[in-house]
Amino acid sequence: MFEGWDAVVLARAQFAFTMSFHIVFPAFSIGLASYLAVLEGLWLWTGREVFINLFNYWLKIFAIAFGMGVVSGIVMSYQFGTNWSAFSDKTGPVIGPLMAYEVLTAFFLEAGFLGVMLFGLERVGHKLHFLATLMVATGTLISAFWILSANSWMQTPTGYAINADGQFVAADWFKVIFNPSFPYRLVHMVLAAYLTTSLVVGAVGAFHLLRDQHLAGARVMFSMAMWMATLVAPIQILAGDQHGLNTLEHQPAKVMAMEGHYQSHPDGAPLILFGLPDQAAGKVKYAIEVPKLSSLILKHSLDAPLAGLDTVPRENWPPVPITFWSFRIMVGLGFLIMGLGLLSLWSRWRGSLYEFRLLHRFAITMGPAGFIAVLAGWITTETGRQPFTVYGLLRTVEAASPLAAPAIASSLIAFVIVYFAVFAAGVIYILRLMASPPHHGEQGPRGDIPARAAGITPAAGVITEGAAG
Amino acid sequence: MNAILDLATLWAFIIAFAVFVYVVMDGFDLGLGLLFPLFPEKTDRDVIMNTVAPVWDGNETWLVLGGGGMMAAFPLAYAVLMPALYTPVIAMLIGLIFRGVAFEFRWRTLSKRNRWDVAFAGGSLLATLAQGIALGAILQGVHVEGRHYAGGWWDWLTPFSILTGLALVVGYGLLGATWLVLKTEGALRDRAYRLSWLLLFAMLVAIGAVSIATPFLHIQYTQRWFTWPNMILTAPVPIAVAGVTVLLLRSLANRQDHRPFFLALVLFALSYAGLGISMWPYIVPQSITIWQAASPENSQIFMLVGVAVLIPLILGYTGWAYWVFRGKVRPESGYH
Repeated sequence: MFEGWDAVVLARAQFAFTMSFHIVFPAFSIGLASYLAVLEGLWLWTGREVFINLFNYWLKIFAIAFGMGVVSGIVMSYQFGTNWSAFSDKTGPVIGPLMAYEVLTAFFLEAGFLGVMLFGLERVGHKLHFLATLMVATGTLISAFWILSANSWMQTPTGYAINADGQFVAADWFKVIFNPSFPYRLVHMVLAAYLTTSLVVGAVGAFHLLRDQHLAGARVMFSMAMWMATLVAPIQILAGDQHGLNTLEHQPAKVMAMEGHYQSHPDGAPLILFGLPDQAAGKVKYAIEVPKLSSLILKHSLDAPLAGLDTVPRENWPPVPITFWSFRIMVGLGFLIMGLGLLSLWSRWRGSLYEFRLLHRFAITMGPAGFIAVLAGWITTETGRQPFTVYGLLRTVEAASPLAAPAIASSLIAFVIVYFAVFAAGVIYILRLMASPPHHGEQGPRGDIPARAAGITPAAGVITEGAAG
Repeated sequence: MNAILDLATLWAFIIAFAVFVYVVMDGFDLGLGLLFPLFPEKTDRDVIMNTVAPVWDGNETWLVLGGGGMMAAFPLAYAVLMPALYTPVIAMLIGLIFRGVAFEFRWRTLSKRNRWDVAFAGGSLLATLAQGIALGAILQGVHVEGRHYAGGWWDWLTPFSILTGLALVVGYGLLGATWLVLKTEGALRDRAYRLSWLLLFAMLVAIGAVSIATPFLHIQYTQRWFTWPNMILTAPVPIAVAGVTVLLLRSLANRQDHRPFFLALVLFALSYAGLGISMWPYIVPQSITIWQAASPENSQIFMLVGVAVLIPLILGYTGWAYWVFRGKVRPESGYH
């Protein structure tokens, strides 16, 4: 079986599959860890019971999501070697230390304090427990720092030299870590994680508000989530725009693919809203365009010339249809998220945030939007880098392991079966937890299993909140 | 290479340390998975899970450090070994997925027959076998041409690698059983004691079998262990194994709860040192030395700064987490 298949295509499919599954979990847990830290901080500060209830409610969900992130992440750390061994040999001296620092500064920090965060509130006291929560949240952000630095270096490599064995080596670590696209990508990704989480929290809050407008926990989480969407979505759109301009400077072919610009436009390029990119013919069919708008967005001038893929050798073209469409999905969702934020702001101003059922239904629909946008953005930036693994320097076909197609096809099938079986179950468990509302005296991850000796109460004593919260 | 302790050697010890910490820390929690089928009662299983639930994630992070650190410090070895060990590594990853998610999933399922208990036991067995097989496959050597692995994707499968796979199952089982002696009480602890006896004898047989088989793999292994003056260094290893075994037997006989686990760790350390003696100075036996595989100096120095500062810090807060959850775990209310 699979003898006639292209091993590199299979290896790419496998990496794309395992990566797509993995990225969903950190995108959620980065935001959720910060949210948990905010909830616990608010509880310690105000002593209001609703915050510890929400903390314990989301902590159970966090425990499941984090576990899935860990196990799918271990797979990633070994896939570089199993499927991309030539890449590992060539870039190991540069990428390897960045990932080693991720393990040392982030993974251990998260893992070391996770146990205390999940099960230790009664054992260590409130302040140390809050410290553990902060450490876990900080760990998720440090992890984003290093892995996006490594990824950005593959997009915009700087600070390197090439040694006699053909390996990349670092000439300047500062330039390696803070390569040109890194600050933009880091901001864009962390904001994406926060938005993703806020949409999930908002959807859960809205879901319970539809059943009971007076539920204190649902009101608090919905309001917090909508503030996040209102404030961060416009910032994210600006950050994305800046990221795009940075890409235009350093990876012009990727922007050409995103825009569907096969042809050069010497006097003002149109913005193609929709169309069907035809890679073989080298043009976008049935294009619906706004004249000169692309030049205005990318060059801030209506008549600025923009080069197209006709200036790039054909063997260096990224796959335009995928990049073009994934980019549109991401941007479209970005504007929808901003729309949700603005609608909630208007509704908040009118004083109907907890009664506006249409808003609640909209928020529920948008629950998964962050995940889809993150995946679409990820696909845009990764396929836009093709046919290179290290942009302009190492081609993907040269990065693969010397393995026959049957080996990679078998492991791909195994991963597909296992991931769908395992992670589908995890998602069902998470949805089941979300389906029940946060309630008075909410317990942490092990609270509902054999009766605990003591309940969890804040130091200042329980302040029971009425229905109005 | 002239200095007594050069960078590559230092890094070989750092990676070896990370792998060893992984082996003993995830070893006992994988071992609990291996023993799971022997404890069919739900209350026992809940206790067993709760003894490691707060720390398993940290234990597994050492595996990521071992892999990531190897890619950074010895990229050539990582690039050669991963394709050579393709099937065992993928099997290990899949095993770790099943057992890792079981820690949370098993509390969330509504069905009476908990399939995540099966996933925990099966995943642990798969991961352990795969790790043991990978170890055997490394010891027997892999086919290298230039900077690439040049063998097939079933080369790792030999009677020797199966032997090391089974040996690791026994070893992790012993770590798991002695961990339960340390962390539980009552009938559960009694059973853990009985299992510890059984598994200790099985472990001695396994150590003996691997020790006898290894010299037949390569003449270099025989020379390393059985020629003068190497024996000054190698002879104390089996002698120490015998000594630790006596101590372990006594602590089991006298039912000193806190000792068997740590003595089992020493037994692992000695076996590990034995492996190190066999392999040195190769990282891919008989093909690639640590110096050939080493990253450029500036990569190794860059990471060394981080390791020197962060590893003590990590050991510190990991130790704290273990301290927080110290003591016996009882069925009614988690930790005491």
